[in-house]
Amino acid sequence: MLLTPPARQAWFDGKWLVIGVSLLLVAVLALVPFCFMIWQSFLTPETVDSPARFTLGNYTTAYTNPETIVTFWNSWRFAFGGSMVAFVIGTALAWMNERTNTPMRRLFYALSIVPLIIPSILFTIAWIMLASPKIGILNIVVQSVLGFEQPPFNIYSMWGMIWVDGLHYSPMAFLMMSAAFRSMDPSLEESAVMSGSGVLRTLRRITLPLVLPAIFATLLTLFVRAIESFEVPALLGLPAGISVFTSAIYQAIHQFPSQVGLAAAYSVLLLLLTSGGIYIQARISSSGNKYSTITGKGFRPRPIDLGPWRYFTAGIFILYFVLIVALPFLVLLWSSLQKFYSVPSMEAARHLTLDGYRYVLASDNIRAAALNSVWMSVATATIVMLLTAVVCWIVVKTKIPGRWLLDNLASLPMVFPGLVLGLSIMVFYLTFDVGIYGTFWIILLAYVTRFMPYGLRYNTTSMIQIHKDLEESAGMSGASWFTVFWRVILPLLKPGLVAGWIYVMIVSIRELSSSILLYSPGNEVISIVIWELWENGQYVELSALSVLFMILLMLLVGLAQLVGSRFGVKEG
Amino acid sequence: MLNVVGLHTEYASPKGATVKAAQDVSFEVPEGKLFTLLGPSGCGKTTTLRSIAGLEKPVSGNISVNGAAVYSAAQNVFVPPNKRGFGMVFQSYAIWPHMTVFQNASFPLEVGKKSYSKKEIETRVMRVLESVELAHLTQREATRLSGGQQQRLALARALVMEPKLLLLDEPLSNLDSKLRDKMRFELKRIQRELNITTIYVTHDQSEALALSHEIAVMREGRIIQQGTPRSIYEHPQSTFVADFVGTINFAKATVRSIASQGNDVVVDSEIGIIHVPNCPGCKVGDELVVCIRPESIHLSDAPPGPEHSNAFKGTVNAKIFLGEVLDFQVRMGDKIMLARSHPSQKTPVGNPIHFMVNPADCIPLKDNISISSH
Repeated sequence: MLLTPPARQAWFDGKWLVIGVSLLLVAVLALVPFCFMIWQSFLTPETVDSPARFTLGNYTTAYTNPETIVTFWNSWRFAFGGSMVAFVIGTALAWMNERTNTPMRRLFYALSIVPLIIPSILFTIAWIMLASPKIGILNIVVQSVLGFEQPPFNIYSMWGMIWVDGLHYSPMAFLMMSAAFRSMDPSLEESAVMSGSGVLRTLRRITLPLVLPAIFATLLTLFVRAIESFEVPALLGLPAGISVFTSAIYQAIHQFPSQVGLAAAYSVLLLLLTSGGIYIQARISSSGNKYSTITGKGFRPRPIDLGPWRYFTAGIFILYFVLIVALPFLVLLWSSLQKFYSVPSMEAARHLTLDGYRYVLASDNIRAAALNSVWMSVATATIVMLLTAVVCWIVVKTKIPGRWLLDNLASLPMVFPGLVLGLSIMVFYLTFDVGIYGTFWIILLAYVTRFMPYGLRYNTTSMIQIHKDLEESAGMSGASWFTVFWRVILPLLKPGLVAGWIYVMIVSIRELSSSILLYSPGNEVISIVIWELWENGQYVELSALSVLFMILLMLLVGLAQLVGSRFGVKEG
Repeated sequence: MLNVVGLHTEYASPKGATVKAAQDVSFEVPEGKLFTLLGPSGCGKTTTLRSIAGLEKPVSGNISVNGAAVYSAAQNVFVPPNKRGFGMVFQSYAIWPHMTVFQNASFPLEVGKKSYSKKEIETRVMRVLESVELAHLTQREATRLSGGQQQRLALARALVMEPKLLLLDEPLSNLDSKLRDKMRFELKRIQRELNITTIYVTHDQSEALALSHEIAVMREGRIIQQGTPRSIYEHPQSTFVADFVGTINFAKATVRSIASQGNDVVVDSEIGIIHVPNCPGCKVGDELVVCIRPESIHLSDAPPGPEHSNAFKGTVNAKIFLGEVLDFQVRMGDKIMLARSHPSQKTPVGNPIHFMVNPADCIPLKDNISISSH
């Protein structure tokens, strides 16, 4: 059968329409807020009687103020300290897990994602309940056992912030460094040993230079993430008067009148830091690839026999889980069963009550927020995965000129700290009122923008594996482009799509830093409700909600892994 | 020179079970010889090599070099690998990607026990790089070498410190076949020129036959036969060795009669009556397997003369032209025999064909294990 001209026309129409719409969407989502915010940083605040004017005042205010130097210094200390804590803990655990014969290390690897599921705000609140000078359980225990006059731990300090943030993100360092340890061909070290080199010299001359790119990449990733961190600086830093860029932006917005321009000026610097970090990280990763070109049959390294010390390292694993999962969960569970928040004692144990849970389950406000969260995360995950599937198809499978630009555009939100993204979307839709400001939709927009890069990464991994012949043969069978995409490409993408969908859903259900600037009464999501409960001092209700929320998230992840194993999803 | 006695190794599998690798492995390698451990994957050959290197600690046994123990379970001796002074080439070459060609080759001289002057290092490195024909690439980044060049660099690095013993772990398996043939000659030349005692591990029987002074065939952790390449090929002591080393035809058979001197044994086989030269320990009625190499089968269109005792007739089932030789599949009832002949043999497929085998080329074996069909 010959292709008739109309059929050919239809093929092109459908294709270009979908491609065009996707391109436009990506551009609007990624680029507009970015450009608008930069423009906004040059304007004075708009009030009822004076319109916004061009000014460099925001920058002079932001960067000549001695407080800014303090903020900069705090941000640097916090991000550096947090990433170092995470890196040291994560690397030590990764080494124990990959290179020693510590018992239970398989189980440990499987459990290592659990802490990443716990939302930052809950982790931080739990640590306040553990180590605040007034109500911290650890302080009370240590004081009564060792007889200290003063509480030994103060979570409201730079060290407290570094500890909580570093501890919470240590699993990220653990996963990245585990991969680095695993991808290194052990015969590279063995051949150094065979050449007569001792353990230390091998470490210095072979192992270290080879894992250096991975170490840098991990450190930069952790650093960028820590500098974007909002929950820890807001909950721990602000009460102690320690301000970092994210909390400074939040404060600039929340004073009256809102200093949008000032916040934008701070944001521009923050953006420069994160994009610089991500750029260098990408450069290191691609130059690190040349090291992985030489690989052979991986003779799995014999784990180092630690002898009786392996029970010590197993003890470290257990201690780690106590600190990062068990204690935070238990302290929230305890306080959720109280009438008024009180430290554990026999006296308090006699007054356990389920009132907190009753309040949470009966509250219309919370039920609405929970529904919003579910709705929002499902919608975000679906839109993100479908949109990035098209983007990814264009980037990977077509020869359209300028497709690299599309790839970069869709990845651009990666450099946006959540708070900065929320801010830019807020000011853009405040200025250009299309009727979504103050509604549910603006939050959805922020989520889709924020998580687009993740969807792209999941889709790219599976798209690369789909051979061009598969879709061409469908085209030769007479299918239109749309049919090919729907019936051949999407089903083949399924493993990546499903894994990415679940991942995006989980991260959007716990999102706080963008939503905090975009919500309005009536369209809260669950993380915002937790934030509000904290601000109101409703610790018991907050704890009950947190316990339910954490259980729900664990169930979701369990389900995800079940689905994942059925669809043959590889860990991203 | 190298003495391995009663070596046992084991390791923990990823599931936690203890897996026995080498079991009661013993052999001796004289100075200057190339000794090959040959066997399928998982037979324990690599573990044995790594135990000699010191990269793995055996459970029991003895390994000594020139009479000095580098490992002895009884005397609790374990010399760490970096103090043994052996050179090793890994299957993946393990070329350090962050160094140049020169730096890779000079590393052993920089870190070894003996210290060398800068000048001396340069002389030695250049000498060894010249011998592997890499002298013109000294400043190149090691990652920008081809597979064959990386392989030669790995060899140079192992040789630069003039080791007592050279260990090669499947060094040619990652090369394409042309290059592998070339490197095989190179390796043999360098080994023979330097006269360096070498242990070679491979699963490729043609490599083993081409390079070795002596071969030990391993299976399931044990050495099942050891000898010169010729004796392994011509006198396999088990069907496993016969099958693993080279291509071979198997014919199941029963002993019919044994001549009084024992030098003519007649068997009834799947393909007819076969005369075999001798069959130690055979009795009339014993079941055995007769092994015949394809190149021992002589094909002809006309029936061979009555002076040939092992003459058979079949039909040509298929032919495969391989350039220098022509392989014939000869069908005899249900049995297919593989014969290798000169391409001048032109019998068309489907035609009858005659063949004969010298009794001396028929190897009777009594074990019936693992007869794979061809």
